[in-house]
Amino acid sequence: MSSSNAITRVFGRSPIKPLQGHMQSVVECAEYMLPFFEAVIANDWKQAEIHHEQIVDAENRADAEKKKIRLHLPKSLFMPIPRQDLLNLLSKQDKIANKTKDIAGLIFGRELSVPPAIADSLIEFIKTSIKTTAAAKSVIDELDELIETGFGGRSIEIVKKLIFRLDQLEHETDEQQILIRAQLHPLEEELSAVDAVFLYKIIEQIGNLADCAQKTGEQIQVIVAR
Amino acid sequence: MLFISEYGQILLILACIFGFFMAWGVGANDVANAMGTSVGSGALTVKQAIIIAMIFEFAGAYLAGGEVTATIRKGMIDASVMAGTPELLVFGMLSALLAAGIWLFVASSFGWPVSTTHSIVGAIIGFAAVGIGIDAVVWSKVWAIVASWVISPLLSGTIAYMLIRSVQKFILDSADPLSNAIKYVPVYMFFTGFMIGMVTLVKGLKHIGLHISTGESLFYATIFGIIVAMIGKYLLNRVKPDPLAERDSRFGNVESIFAVLMIFTACAMAFAHGSNDVANAVGPLAAIVGIVNSGGEVLQKSIMPPWILLLGGAGIVFGLITLGFKVMKTVGTKITELTPTRGFAAELSAATTVVLASGVGIPVSTTHTLVGAVLGVGLARGISAINLRVVGSIFLSWLVTLPAGAGLAIIFFFMFKGMFLT
Repeated sequence: MSSSNAITRVFGRSPIKPLQGHMQSVVECAEYMLPFFEAVIANDWKQAEIHHEQIVDAENRADAEKKKIRLHLPKSLFMPIPRQDLLNLLSKQDKIANKTKDIAGLIFGRELSVPPAIADSLIEFIKTSIKTTAAAKSVIDELDELIETGFGGRSIEIVKKLIFRLDQLEHETDEQQILIRAQLHPLEEELSAVDAVFLYKIIEQIGNLADCAQKTGEQIQVIVAR
Repeated sequence: MLFISEYGQILLILACIFGFFMAWGVGANDVANAMGTSVGSGALTVKQAIIIAMIFEFAGAYLAGGEVTATIRKGMIDASVMAGTPELLVFGMLSALLAAGIWLFVASSFGWPVSTTHSIVGAIIGFAAVGIGIDAVVWSKVWAIVASWVISPLLSGTIAYMLIRSVQKFILDSADPLSNAIKYVPVYMFFTGFMIGMVTLVKGLKHIGLHISTGESLFYATIFGIIVAMIGKYLLNRVKPDPLAERDSRFGNVESIFAVLMIFTACAMAFAHGSNDVANAVGPLAAIVGIVNSGGEVLQKSIMPPWILLLGGAGIVFGLITLGFKVMKTVGTKITELTPTRGFAAELSAATTVVLASGVGIPVSTTHTLVGAVLGVGLARGISAINLRVVGSIFLSWLVTLPAGAGLAIIFFFMFKGMFLT
């Protein structure tokens, strides 16, 4: 008689914790990029394979979590955040992991080697991008506090600060992207044309990754604005 | 009259058994709903909850349950219609007890969210309207009760909404939530103590022969509230802020302050539950005892022997020990959504509403009132997900419970009539 007690059934499965769990997997996925790129730069493709697999695994895990969250969001669930906003947030989070997998796949598939001249800037660029996703996670982590305070002014202030930091980091990646392109430009002659095109593409994708993280933060802004 | 003196003993024993059965059901299942919130939020262990439930359920039944017992035993049935046939009233009350007890047992084993109150009220209306006659039911009273079933969840929801809003405004959304929590939580404790004290003084003490004016009650209740707040303050000072608690949530330490408050609201909840639901179970028993002891007279006014409440209390404790323990454990582990800041609001508003209703003698459903309170907390954007479909089914369940209780009572009524009178 206890398993279906009246009071306990009133509480629907809250999507907030699983959503934060999903973001955790996404950030983990992005973090594997650093060892992956270090291996790529060192031309150690055995090591790169290991890290590539880690990225793919984390992305798969995030995917599975995403599906589970969607399944547990029935329309009869009364939530303080509109259902559609939550689903949008979820797909934005998921995009970060997808982008990471694409980047790693693109490099690993072609065994694309990175010219040593841009290696240092590239690592810095990756680090900032990962930081951007971590900053997006810190915004998502404030969701339960927002709900707890009924979207009170002060917790919105905290979220605004976190989003500001996220924006700063994203801006930083933009500048690093410009720098790295400038460094790559004089090297074009030495590289094969296809490699050069792909390197530009990779750089662009890493920039997009930070963009995706920023968009996640923006989605929280939309939720808070109500 | 001859009949009552002849079979009085058997009828009394039967009434005690059925009454005990009903109280057992309340203890085994209903108490877990009332107290599960405190267990789920981590404010109390199951053991502590059981001990609080034992003490305060009994206190509530004894100090504030008199009015509800009175309503159940004589408020809904016009005694003048029955004056010539006291045995019919005895059969009716017996069948009402048995019907409500069995219905509760069946429903809770299937996990249907039914209410003790609705079962017993339905059963009494059933046997009175069909077994005796439509005129035997005091319909004005019945409609007032039914209306209260709609009003009580709304009221508790509103109170809960306001409580949560106040917590958010004064504590959670302030510059220093922790020190504000320490500052304001005793105010909530005062309110809890004041409310319980007031209802006990105004409605309860006259059953034990004490009469106090409203002014005096106000004064004593205030004193009582202050004492409660001071005890609370003392307990709060012993809570040490734990930096580890802030890891998952910025409000980790605030929650531990509210966990202390929840001990008090849990007492209030048990008190309220006792005043309403225990009284439900012993009301029909009290009616039967009254008739048998007076040798067959249907008295509108008779003193209720304290042993009846004792029996009800014992039944609840027995129910708690045999099954309630287990049920509370499972309910407790599932209500983790109600953190202390939310749970206290739900408990305090439900307890306030139920105790107020008990004070004016209206049997309301503790479970429904609590669900109303949970919705109020949710509406204040305090809970991240509430299953509206389940809420709907809970509020619909009383539509089923009334005819079910009534139908069973009617069957048992004619069964008893056939057994004893032919």
